[in-house]
Amino acid sequence: MPVIELLQYDFMRRALVAGLLVGLAAPVVGIFLVQRRLALIGDGMGHVALAGVAAGVLTGAAPVWTALVAAVGGAIAIELIRARGRTSGDIALAVLFYGGIAGGVVLISLSPTGTPANLNAYLFGAITTTSRADLVTFAVLAGVVLVTSLLLARRLFAVSNDPEYARAVGLPVLSLNLLLAVLTAVTVVVSMRVVGLLLISALMILPNAIAQLLCHSFRASLLAAVATGVVVSVAGISTSFYANTPSGGTIVLFAIGVFVLAALGAAVRDMVARRRHAAAEVHHAHEHGAGCGHDAVAHDDHVDYLHEGHRHAQHVGHYDEH
Amino acid sequence: MTDPTPEPVIALRGVSIGYTDRAVVHDVDLVVQRGEVVAVLGANGSGKTTLVRGLLGLARILTGEVELLGRPVGARGRSRWHGARIGYVPQRHTVGGTVASTVREVVSSGRLPRLGRVGWMREADRAAVTAAIDAVDLTPWADVDIADLSGGQQRRALIARALASEPEVLIMDEPTAGVDQASQQALARSVARLVELGVTLLIVTHEVGPLAGVVTRAVVVTEGRIAYDGPLKDSMIGAPDGAHDHHVHDPAGGARRPWLRPTIGGR
Ligand SMILES: Nc1ncnc2c1ncn2[C@@H]1O[C@H](COP(=O)(O)OP(=O)(O)OP(=O)(O)O)[C@@H](O)[C@H]1O
Ligand SMILES: [Mg+2]
Repeated sequence: MPVIELLQYDFMRRALVAGLLVGLAAPVVGIFLVQRRLALIGDGMGHVALAGVAAGVLTGAAPVWTALVAAVGGAIAIELIRARGRTSGDIALAVLFYGGIAGGVVLISLSPTGTPANLNAYLFGAITTTSRADLVTFAVLAGVVLVTSLLLARRLFAVSNDPEYARAVGLPVLSLNLLLAVLTAVTVVVSMRVVGLLLISALMILPNAIAQLLCHSFRASLLAAVATGVVVSVAGISTSFYANTPSGGTIVLFAIGVFVLAALGAAVRDMVARRRHAAAEVHHAHEHGAGCGHDAVAHDDHVDYLHEGHRHAQHVGHYDEH
Repeated sequence: MTDPTPEPVIALRGVSIGYTDRAVVHDVDLVVQRGEVVAVLGANGSGKTTLVRGLLGLARILTGEVELLGRPVGARGRSRWHGARIGYVPQRHTVGGTVASTVREVVSSGRLPRLGRVGWMREADRAAVTAAIDAVDLTPWADVDIADLSGGQQRRALIARALASEPEVLIMDEPTAGVDQASQQALARSVARLVELGVTLLIVTHEVGPLAGVVTRAVVVTEGRIAYDGPLKDSMIGAPDGAHDHHVHDPAGGARRPWLRPTIGGR
């Protein structure tokens, strides 16, 4: 078994653990971002984190921590600008995007040892260079992200689903949005060694895009996205070892492959479902109920409705022939 | 109701509400006591939604004071327990978006204000959610993706979400828009049940008919002002829109949009 074989290498063990952490955390944060239609915000934070990395290289501080500070700062700034609503959130986001990259490149050039090439490892991921200390940091951060977002999942769902309603009934909307922004920033930093800052959003968004093709509830979507995230991370990292390709790109290509398969699968499933339900009109135009004009017939524990000479019985969101 | 000490649940005093700096609702005085069922009527664009959003703290209050359940509504300072006692059905026809969510999941989010800052859903909370779904006759659809429901069914899901917190005051903005006759009757029945429980209701509607039996008071909004405040009259039930009279005989059509005047005049 290839993955087992990989475990004999220390650096691969660390790489796989890092990949597992990212595969777990990124889709959990991502589902709320997708729900809020902020799919690209992770990219913005990735760009800001780059400036943080450069600042770390320049000052000799650990790039992980300077990136974390920059990304969290950027996240809070974006969220506050969005909340004020005056200037377009779009424009604010764009400023952060460009500011992050420009700042990163300029800062790194100021460093005596640094050239923009030093940023490559962060831009595209360099998972096999993950040290034991890095891994501990990532594990703690990913753990915080996972526990916080799962504990507050219902609240984050409510606020992302209908912010106005949440505000009307007194949920702390701004605090929850800020929290989500910070969790996103932390996830970006945890992921930067695995997939790289340029591909960071892919692991937040693609597993959720896949889950949306297959699932019909938030809960199932979340579970499917996390499962997908873990599978593509581990598969991508393992493959990158054998094929000698960069881990980040490999993971993302895997995710896209799964997405295409899922899209095909969903299309086939819908076709089959349509055949099977052809008995009861698929586009059942109206909901049977008291006074709907179709005669109701009591039938054991439920009610059938006479519909053009045959019976329809209600069955979880559709009508079966009886 | 023979409550010896009337307790204002909603109180607006000299209130103007608007967007940016333009007032849409002008100088409104409205006090609703506990247990009242108020129908808010008025033509499209008269400011009903703005009034409701203002009193929930969702639209800007430009002048005057708003109190909800005895607490001032403003930019900030509304505590959580306060929200737990408010139910709100916004005037929007559809729910659901980019991520699948079932009716039960959406309705459960209406229960959150009851749970405090980090509390979990307990058995009683789940039961309240189930009861709320049942009250709007959506039980067979409870675990279906809400985006797969019809527009009217989605409205009913939003009503269930408001009911899920077992609110003391329930504010509904056109809850029956696009909702079929049978469901309107069902809604009227659940409103009657809520009235028995002492819930205060403020209902914006163009179809007051099914609710005529339970409505204790009608407020007609015309051009952002309260043009009538008193018992529900038969003429309001017949007309598709309670403010009919006030608009058909409006001598100055342009006055309906007073904010257009400076622009027109200035050019
Ligand atoms: N978000 C907004 N920004 C600016 N102006 C708004 C906004 N919402 C409403 N208005 C203006 O306020 C006026 C009143 O709107 P409102 O939605 O309160 O009317 P309404 O009485 O609820 O109408 P309807 O019966 O159509 O729901 C409208 O003329 C509209 O132009
Ligand atoms: Mg309205």
